[in-house]
Amino acid sequence: MPSPLGEVARLREALTSGETTSSRLVDAALAAAEAVGEDLSVFTHLRHEAAREAAAAADARLSAGRARSVLDGLPIALKDNIVQAGEPAGCASRILEGYVSPFDATAVARLLEAGAIPIGRTNMDEFAMGSSTENSVHGPTRNPWDRDRSPGGSSGGSAAAVAADIVPLALGSDTGGSIRQPASLCGVVGMKPTYGRVSRWGLVAFASSLDQIGPFAHTAADCAVLLDAMSGHDAHDSTSLPEPPLQTAAGLNGDLSGRVIGLPREYYEAEGADASSLECVHAAVAALEGAGAKTVPVSLPHTRYAIAAYYLIANAEASSNLARFDGVRYGHRAAGASGLTDLYERSRSEGFGAEVKRRILLGTYVLSAGYYDAYYRRAQKLRTLLRRDFEAAFESCDVLVTPTTPEPAFRLGERADDPLTMYLSDVYTVSANLAGLPGVSIPCGLAGGGLAAGLPVGLQVLGPPLADAAVLEVADAYQRLTDHHQARPGGSR
Amino acid sequence: MSFRPDYEVVIGLEVHVQLRTRTKLFSTAAVSYGDEPNHHTTPVCLALPGALPVLNGQAVELAVRAGIATNCEVHPRSIFARKNYFYPDLPKGYQISQFEEPLATGGWLDVEFEDEKGELTTKRVGITRIHMEEDAGKSLHDGSAVDSHIDLNRAGVPLIEIVSEPDMRSPAEAGAYLRKLRAILRTVEASDADMEKGQFRCDANVSLRRHGDTQLGTRTETKNVNSFRFVEAAIEAEVERQARCLDEGEEIRQATLGYDADADRLFVMRMKENADDYRYFPDPDLIPLVIEEARIEQIRAGLPELPDRRRARLADEHGLTAAEAAKLVASAALADFFESAVAAGAPARAAAHWLTREVAACLNERDLEIEATALVPDAFASLLELVETGRLTARSARELLPELLEGGGDPAALVSERGLEAVSDEGALEVLADEVLASNPKAIASYRDGDKKSLNFLMGQVMKKTQGKADPARVRQILAGKLDGS
Repeated sequence: MPSPLGEVARLREALTSGETTSSRLVDAALAAAEAVGEDLSVFTHLRHEAAREAAAAADARLSAGRARSVLDGLPIALKDNIVQAGEPAGCASRILEGYVSPFDATAVARLLEAGAIPIGRTNMDEFAMGSSTENSVHGPTRNPWDRDRSPGGSSGGSAAAVAADIVPLALGSDTGGSIRQPASLCGVVGMKPTYGRVSRWGLVAFASSLDQIGPFAHTAADCAVLLDAMSGHDAHDSTSLPEPPLQTAAGLNGDLSGRVIGLPREYYEAEGADASSLECVHAAVAALEGAGAKTVPVSLPHTRYAIAAYYLIANAEASSNLARFDGVRYGHRAAGASGLTDLYERSRSEGFGAEVKRRILLGTYVLSAGYYDAYYRRAQKLRTLLRRDFEAAFESCDVLVTPTTPEPAFRLGERADDPLTMYLSDVYTVSANLAGLPGVSIPCGLAGGGLAAGLPVGLQVLGPPLADAAVLEVADAYQRLTDHHQARPGGSR
Repeated sequence: MSFRPDYEVVIGLEVHVQLRTRTKLFSTAAVSYGDEPNHHTTPVCLALPGALPVLNGQAVELAVRAGIATNCEVHPRSIFARKNYFYPDLPKGYQISQFEEPLATGGWLDVEFEDEKGELTTKRVGITRIHMEEDAGKSLHDGSAVDSHIDLNRAGVPLIEIVSEPDMRSPAEAGAYLRKLRAILRTVEASDADMEKGQFRCDANVSLRRHGDTQLGTRTETKNVNSFRFVEAAIEAEVERQARCLDEGEEIRQATLGYDADADRLFVMRMKENADDYRYFPDPDLIPLVIEEARIEQIRAGLPELPDRRRARLADEHGLTAAEAAKLVASAALADFFESAVAAGAPARAAAHWLTREVAACLNERDLEIEATALVPDAFASLLELVETGRLTARSARELLPELLEGGGDPAALVSERGLEAVSDEGALEVLADEVLASNPKAIASYRDGDKKSLNFLMGQVMKKTQGKADPARVRQILAGKLDGS
């Protein structure tokens, strides 16, 4: 029996019974996007007409009893780096101003096929480089729980869109935690699938070996529905796994008996971690144990190298991936350039923001002759060691449960001038990308005291490669035991 | 070439070969030539945000064929890497190539060429590696003084780069290596290797050193030379230039050169002050290229007869000289033509003789391959038959060749149309001989005084009267009979 939790099941019911229509859902989403969304800078672009037309078409199908899928007629938000034909794909960057994609990302095409209706594009850190959604040409997105705080990033717009109940579902991308960290900071569920599970065709590349598209929702059950619809081999992406589409939603049964949960020591002993957040995580672990799961301590000894390895590899790949933005074929081109080199230098200087430039420079440096072995090659070796850490850990457990972030949402501007501290907020999430693992962040309560009191705390569930279903099953089971996913900004439950 | 005995010439060649695929290396856009600019492009070719490369399996198969045919070890695992540099005809800002782990390594070709004494020599030239890569687009600068235009039809077209060892010691060796390589690639149908369409492009690395030196001298690289003749000419020019520098005690500076065929001159494209840094790294959008050993063996088993084996077979089956057989197989088309002509009844040794001399000379002059001419094997066979049976003199046949190459047609019909039949009527020849003898008493006298060369003069006079249509041997016989007998 599928999980009873979640908006998809509830809205499906309402649509089937005629209690509401797709048009009303889409209108409400667009209205909220304009009101709340504008206040929080959630969207970079809204598709008023196209979304309403799609909703009318969906209503026609629904009233004829020919719904395409459980997602038919439901509004969804897309991160601005996941392309849709005929829509802007700005990646929150000046260098892509005016760019409209002529093709659909595979994930988007599959959701459209299922009847989902993208209402617009969400704000992000430029080219997904950041953990706060402050590095955006459109300005920072604000956290619905506290508008002076960051929603996390880089998929901050998508996380905020779900947290503020503008849309029930959204897509983000996760390169080092860019789905899970904002999910954690915004009190929603966000999942990064196994690398290769969802096609990267149409995801504007940041770091190709780490990037994955994944879902946001209030529940693991809803994420499962989205993942099932998007996943499966795609011939357009050479790194796409040769696997059929997942069918995880149908397998969510709340059963935790016999599950062995590993608790990696290194994730509970980090310096400077917020004590009150850790309490929420411990309480969650206790709840899982209470429902029949067994916990075991495990160790991931190379965890302390993960951030370094991650930033070396991600920036190296980014420096090459972003070379195509040169002012020649599309996007921003500097006016009045004199000659080719000047055109490149000025277009790119004007088009990229500071953090993107910093990463291109770092990545270019680590790939340079004489430094490649010391940096890039060593980082790849570390990546192998990290992968082996996980392989060893998963010999004694089915999934790992950890905090998603060291602390709840930080204040906007607080870390803007301190990139290193900002990078460290990814400490619990980057390893899953380096090892290609599936991971989900679910809300596990509100921080109890201190400066972060009342802000959501996230619990991360990680699984071995291909264990996307196991990760979602544990997350769903936890949500059946608790009601943290019902918490909303402003105290309403 | 002015011979420079004081220096040893060291040549290594890098050849870019376009694989014979229908679509590009990493996209479904068609491979085409001469179409409207930017017509054959997809989001991948244009490097649009979110586009990803997917490897063309046909290109892999053709590259493997090339590797096997050049005696390389084809590796079951190779890696695509990004070569990063900015240029407008390179849309991604990097070229997908292979770097640390190429498809094939350690091959060789046995190359036949004529040494200074004109003798056929065989030399083994090592092949360092073969790797797969995508071509760049074209920059067009001809439109206006201010703007450049980019045509991305060629961007992403599949290439292999074949890198030789620095084993060649003269322009002639380099030319022979290129001809052999091209013949092999065409034989295994890895490439059409049409040089005019840029499907077979050569970069020549040239350096000089004193004989006995073990270290290589500083080299220059001459880029993108697109005909055999030009490669040899460009290398000759560069050897001459470097030799002059060294004679005058100058240092050779590392440089990339271009060759201006019209002026037969090299020009400096850029000086290489520092080694280029392309920041190669494995392309994370592509998985390692894995080819099962069984697949490699399957491809090996399916290859057609390669030039070396064909040469041996032709020499053996038809009693050709090694030089003739080598010249025939230097072009698969020429060897095919030979075998078809023999099948059509042409005497093999005469066919080989004519093809490797008269026909080859005509083709060279016109820079043509035999299949690009109007001459077909059947017609060639009947031309040879006319000669063998004495109905056409060799000289007349030679005269007829250009016409047959350009316009085709039936040689027998052409011969009677032009009245080119050999004068074989003994009576007529006797009469002509008598006429010539009657009007050249001095020549007769000197012949009888022992100057046998006078016979040649008399022969020439008779041939002139027949307009070259008599069998010279027969004429000589008749004249000699009359002079010696009377």
